[in-house]
Amino acid sequence: MPLLDHLWIIPSLPLLGAALNGLFGARWPKRWVDVVGVGTTGLAFAATLELIREFAHLRADQVPWSKSYLTWIGAGNFRAGFDLQVDQLTIVMLLVVTGVGWLIHIYSTGYMAHEGGYYRFFAEMNLFTFFMLTLVMAANFVLLFVGWEGVGLCSYLLIGFFFLRKSAADAGKKAFIVTRIGDFGFTLGILLIFWVFGSVDYATVFNRAAGMPVENAGQPGVLTSISLLLLAGAIGKSAQLPLYVWLPDAMEGPTPVSALIHAATMVTAGVYMVARAHILYSHAPIAMTTVAVIGGLTALYAATIGLVQTDIKRVLAYSTVSQIGYMFLACGVGAFSAGIFHLMTHAFFKALLFLAAGSVIHAMGGEQDMRRMGGLRKQIPWTYWTMLLATLSISGAPLFAGFFSKDKILFETAVSLYGGRVLWAIALVAALLTAFYMFRLIFLTFHGAPRYDAHATHVHESPKNMLAPLVVLAVLSVVGGWVAAPALSGGADYFEIYLAPVFAKSSALLATAGGETESRTLELQLMGVAVGLATLGFLVAWWFYIRRPQTPEWLAETFHAPYKLLLNKYYVDELYNLAIIRPIGWISTRLLWQVVDEGAIDGSVNGVAHTARRLGSRLRVLASGNTRSYAAWVLVGAVLLLGLLLWPLLGMVR
Amino acid sequence: MSGDYLQNYAPLLIHLLVAMGLAGIILLLSTIVGYHRPTRAKLQPYECGVRPTGDAREPFSVKFYLVAMVFILFDVEAIFLYPWAYIYRDLHWFGFVEMLLYILILLAGYIYLWKKGALDWNR
Amino acid sequence: MFAPIEDLYRLAPELVLCTFGILVMLAEPFVPRKRSGLVAFLALLGAGAALAATRLSWAHPGTAFYGLVRVDDFSIFLHFVVGAVAVLVILGSRDYLEREGLHRGEFYALVLFATAGMGVMVSAQELVTAFIGLEISSISSYILASFRRNVPKSNESAMKYFLLGSFATSFFLYGVALVYGATGTTLLSRMDSASGNPTLLRLGLGMIFIGLAFKVASAPFQLWTPDVYEGAPTPVTALLSSGPKAAAFALLLRIFDTVFAASQLWVWAIWVSAALTMFAGNLAALVQSNVKRMLAYSSIAHAGYILVAFAARNEIGTAAVLFYLVAYALMKLGAFTMVTHLGGEGERRLEINDYAGLGSQQPAAAAFLTLYLFSLLGLPVTAGFLGKFYIFNAALKSHLVWLAVLLAINTVISAYYYLRVIVVMYMREPQKEWAATPIPRAVGLVLVLTAAGTLYLGLFPNYLMEFATQSAVLPR
Repeated sequence: MPLLDHLWIIPSLPLLGAALNGLFGARWPKRWVDVVGVGTTGLAFAATLELIREFAHLRADQVPWSKSYLTWIGAGNFRAGFDLQVDQLTIVMLLVVTGVGWLIHIYSTGYMAHEGGYYRFFAEMNLFTFFMLTLVMAANFVLLFVGWEGVGLCSYLLIGFFFLRKSAADAGKKAFIVTRIGDFGFTLGILLIFWVFGSVDYATVFNRAAGMPVENAGQPGVLTSISLLLLAGAIGKSAQLPLYVWLPDAMEGPTPVSALIHAATMVTAGVYMVARAHILYSHAPIAMTTVAVIGGLTALYAATIGLVQTDIKRVLAYSTVSQIGYMFLACGVGAFSAGIFHLMTHAFFKALLFLAAGSVIHAMGGEQDMRRMGGLRKQIPWTYWTMLLATLSISGAPLFAGFFSKDKILFETAVSLYGGRVLWAIALVAALLTAFYMFRLIFLTFHGAPRYDAHATHVHESPKNMLAPLVVLAVLSVVGGWVAAPALSGGADYFEIYLAPVFAKSSALLATAGGETESRTLELQLMGVAVGLATLGFLVAWWFYIRRPQTPEWLAETFHAPYKLLLNKYYVDELYNLAIIRPIGWISTRLLWQVVDEGAIDGSVNGVAHTARRLGSRLRVLASGNTRSYAAWVLVGAVLLLGLLLWPLLGMVR
Repeated sequence: MSGDYLQNYAPLLIHLLVAMGLAGIILLLSTIVGYHRPTRAKLQPYECGVRPTGDAREPFSVKFYLVAMVFILFDVEAIFLYPWAYIYRDLHWFGFVEMLLYILILLAGYIYLWKKGALDWNR
Repeated sequence: MFAPIEDLYRLAPELVLCTFGILVMLAEPFVPRKRSGLVAFLALLGAGAALAATRLSWAHPGTAFYGLVRVDDFSIFLHFVVGAVAVLVILGSRDYLEREGLHRGEFYALVLFATAGMGVMVSAQELVTAFIGLEISSISSYILASFRRNVPKSNESAMKYFLLGSFATSFFLYGVALVYGATGTTLLSRMDSASGNPTLLRLGLGMIFIGLAFKVASAPFQLWTPDVYEGAPTPVTALLSSGPKAAAFALLLRIFDTVFAASQLWVWAIWVSAALTMFAGNLAALVQSNVKRMLAYSSIAHAGYILVAFAARNEIGTAAVLFYLVAYALMKLGAFTMVTHLGGEGERRLEINDYAGLGSQQPAAAAFLTLYLFSLLGLPVTAGFLGKFYIFNAALKSHLVWLAVLLAINTVISAYYYLRVIVVMYMREPQKEWAATPIPRAVGLVLVLTAAGTLYLGLFPNYLMEFATQSAVLPR
């Protein structure tokens, strides 16, 4: 079994591509850049398929299959290395990352064809793929962290790809800084893991954690702390409340980047991490509830903002935030495999939605505002049909991929120990809103009368290398959920069965805690309600945008305040600016710079320049001014330190 | 002896503080309360009737400083020869070699100065 | 009576450095202007020979000259550090000096003398010897800081450094006097057994701490740093920020690990100083527009990080300090060398905004700088990441959880200003036209060495860490 012994090959392939394109791409013709960029990702996909074949032959007790390559950090009995591992969860993630990633690379050869920095784009995309593969294949938390930081870095570089636009550069910076707030918690979480378990290897940590008692919700313990700290990182990376603000701005990046990083892979890393650390979470009820509540609220919250956005990519961005909320909800109620299932189907249809949106933007010559589109159905039929299939899938139309995964989440939420009627209702309302805003997008873009200047804009269908990935993804958006289809007629959910070994320990725990409550009639009833609401969402959208196009305007007029609130995204950006960014800026400029530096010490840049200018005439000026005040400060510091030191002595005198 | 030892000095410290405080307060009071009528004559250094000619801080050639510095350097180094000479007999050859090295280092400095032209007054 | 030959072995690096320093000084007036490369080469040879001499003295562990200095793994480790810093600084400064028209042998001689002083500091077992080492290195540094004689800023920098440095040194000396008064000895190893006045001893150690805290630029004694670093010639800034800091930390560790009374002293004072230093450095760095000044504040922040490991007061902490000193020296030297090169004639290109468009115009330079900045920020796979990791580890082992949290917060803050430089380099259009000068060979060598070191330590830190752990055991 050669590849199983050489797991490092899979992440190395895109790294090689990144290195080649990064070093030589500037001098190569476009063709070669294509071959290297797309080729290495394709090879990684092929390698993944080969890995699956070999993996299937492993005995159950050999999973998770792990390999250590190098010891990276060794300090005393602590060790962290370049250790990779494969289990069923990794396999699913590998398929998504390399498969969808490869399709998006192909698409990019068409989409980015006329942009400057072509080689840079592919080098960075390949580098991203490398880090993402490291993230999902890592066998310890430190290597996971390396991948985690790496994807963040690439995301930051790619968001700012059009760096000449100030908004793009700012958005990149915002993404990096906001996610770092989460990463701060994540780092502390890893440190705490090391402190408690004395190791950062998954095997050791999870085995020891499995042996610990489930923590009482009334008395949260160390596992709860660890889980919540890790969750902070996941919230930042996966754009959940309250750290979601960077993702909509991240849409400044090129569309393939939005599709790959900000829809299909990186943003779901948080879900992957929670699922990977499921044992920690299932032992910490408070953390579980937190995950579920954050997921549910985000799903609803982002969906409401999505209702009124007019930029086609921003609608999709909020939709992504909302869908990831579903995945968190699933993990929070203990349905980890349902969360990963939705992660996979979401990767298919959301990547497709973004790529199709890119195709629309491409066709419109860069226009992103849906108010200046309309009636495009005839001109770009391929894009229209594929996008429609994806929309049906995300809305949960029966038998589409999204239907199976979303339905599973809704059902599990309703019956789980950690779920309940309230969360279920929230998720259901979000599903209704999803159907509405997605069909709103379709109707505004493709139906009705054209609202653009037909003479100025030459609408044209995209080239074949862009359409082919659309078609493949469209097929996947339809059939991608069928592995779970037999469950409808009382059969088996093959996806869940495949992942079952990974989550076995948690499932056992949750089952003993919650009891077996599954009931087929209930499942079918709940399904009926969900489909009914989705249909309602579709109908409302149809009424608003096809039948009575003046309704939305009337609504916006009548309910002006709520409409404004939604349009401005609940003013959260403004709030953060006021509550966090301003005070920090104030402290560093006013307090530290002006008061301390200029006022008290008189040692600012200007002070130096000023002194330097006066220096020209007479040397003795040197000894005056700020040097003396520096010395005074040294003296003050010394007196304080020594005074405190002599405190006991003063006590004696008294 | 620990605490008491320093405690003996506490009156001294208090005395010092009081003296400094008193001087400070008197100076401060006189600047705040007193009249200030500066005139040209009052501001002149040495009010003794003779008109000052030119600035007291007249610059003079930097060469003086250089020579003064070189003098001090070599003069101070030479002082080390006295204690050495005092115990020369006890040190025997070791002392001799040590001093030779010392003089050699001084010599290196001297050659450096010379070649750099520090001793050349007209340069 | 006579010093045995073993003693000379134990002082070999300093002897070599001083000999070469004198040789360089002597050679300077005799070598014609056109062949000035010879002097530089001689100096480089000297620094290399000092490294070899360190290897030689490694084979002769023990105390020398009546217990004044001591060769052990700890002193050898730091000798290697300061020696390597000297090699890199000499390599990197030749082209700078030529460019600025400052090429004089004295520069190299002073670098060698300063390094000799640092060598004395790291192996000193006795406080007056330590003081002599401190003075040798400080006085050389003062002159080096003023080396751009015709530039007022450089003069100002040197003058400030001199005045404030002497002020701080006087604290050190007074502390030594008090310690002697309390215990009747200046030998570190004898201080515990001497029954003295504990209050005086504490006071004396406190003053020594202040003197050294000034040298490592820790709050509240860090105020001089930005002005001095900004005004000094950039290669000198590179030296100042790495070598003397390592030596001063070494002396702190030596004193606080050897003297029991000191190790009992104020963990909390170091705690507060570490926290203050980190925040003072990072928050002030946020608003800087000048790269050198920004890096100066960043080096204050890094002194704070090292103090965190120092506050851990155990052998893991000492090892973390040693590791971080190496990692820090590599990335800071690299960053300052790059800034030196980019500064151009007269060091005019120093504003962060001047680096706009560097990513496309001089990709190699931008890539190097990016690597150093990433390492300073502490991103994985760089030396800085591992350094921070070991510090975290040490802090947690000593249950300094809150200090570790403050360190994490500071890392987050620092991300902003390091990344800003990268953003400007890669994502802004140039405002002015800057002539892209090719990187000279010697400078290129320094860059490659520091970059390779940064990456090597990021990927394979174990060898150095083992050495550091072994060196962290200080004999009482």
